[in-house]
Amino acid sequence: MEIVISNTSGTPIYQQIFEQISAQIVKGVLPSDFCLPPIRTVAKELRISVITVKRAWEELEHAGLIYTMAGKGCFVSPLQPNALDEKRSQLAGEKLAKDMEYYKTLGLSLDEIIAMLKKDYGE
Amino acid sequence: MEILSVQHLSKHYPKFDLKDVSFSLEKGYIMGFIGSNGAGKTTTLKSMLGLVHKDGGTISMLGMDFDQHELEIKQHIGFMFGGVDYYAKTKIRTISDVVRRFYREWDDSIYQKYMKRFALDENKRPSELSSGMRIKYSLVLALSHRAKLLLLDEPTSGLDPVARDNLLELFQEFIEDGERSILFSTHITSDLEKCADFITYIENGRIIESRTKDDLLQGYRLVKGTSEQLAPLQARLIASKSHAYGFSGLIKTADLESADHLEIEEPSLEDIMIYYAKKEGLNE
Repeated sequence: MEIVISNTSGTPIYQQIFEQISAQIVKGVLPSDFCLPPIRTVAKELRISVITVKRAWEELEHAGLIYTMAGKGCFVSPLQPNALDEKRSQLAGEKLAKDMEYYKTLGLSLDEIIAMLKKDYGE
Repeated sequence: MEILSVQHLSKHYPKFDLKDVSFSLEKGYIMGFIGSNGAGKTTTLKSMLGLVHKDGGTISMLGMDFDQHELEIKQHIGFMFGGVDYYAKTKIRTISDVVRRFYREWDDSIYQKYMKRFALDENKRPSELSSGMRIKYSLVLALSHRAKLLLLDEPTSGLDPVARDNLLELFQEFIEDGERSILFSTHITSDLEKCADFITYIENGRIIESRTKDDLLQGYRLVKGTSEQLAPLQARLIASKSHAYGFSGLIKTADLESADHLEIEEPSLEDIMIYYAKKEGLNE
């Protein structure tokens, strides 16, 4: 498990943790039933508040990516490959929807956006 | 479970009043206690511990009423007001020997561990230590009797950035097991932006905010705009500062309107303190 936090990115820290761990789950880096470290240990290691980590864990649980066993900790949800793909599309879709709003306010057409996507994606 | 609860604490001095101070802290968390110089931080901490007589209010720690169980509570808490500056000419070893006798749960292995970690020499005398070292020694004494709750007044002041960082790491270790808590006052807010779970903010003897750090920071916005934009906004701002080319101000997030067309930023704890102090007329 890897987490890299930026204090200047403008993205809330809990959100950064959520995004990074969810990416590691959908890519399969963190396998099903992988036991996440205790919230308080993560807070100490990253030098952030316990409540921030708790919030990130709650978001992960809310997204169905982890589950909690009382007294034992939090584990990566056992997701079938198609369910993983679905989660991945869902996460990407949410981000895309936000970004689209921004492009629309800039007055970009769909074709222009697609052209830019292709260029930046390296095709 | 609440490890600390302060309810309606008041203390009257001829020129200063602590008014209806209430806040509480659950076990397993760090609370930062912030406010300007003279806002009442030390008075609050001293009144909580009976070091000055409070005029009203109830304090409970570890589930016990402080007035009824003061001695028992003091066995299980650690507190510190500045570094050890008493018995300046006595060897640290001798001072520790006196202090350890007060505590039933004094643990010499913890004491030795922290003395070593802070590179404190028992043969030195307080007068021979730097102010940072005196604070560290004071903290060792607070930690060595397995305290469940630490109340620390300005523990990081006088420490260099590296020593402060080490101390904050120690604080997070202390609460890692989820059973122990720390309340510490400071005006170095960057210390809190790293590790504090809760912030209690006092100004002019009154509590302005007491909630999670994240909620507190989300509750306010720093806004910037032109002088023309200031007038219609003024009533909603907590305080503002004008300069030759415009203004900047602090507003509650809930009071923002999308039609305002202002530059909006997330404030730091320091920003919040500066504008509230301005509102209270403290830095005029």
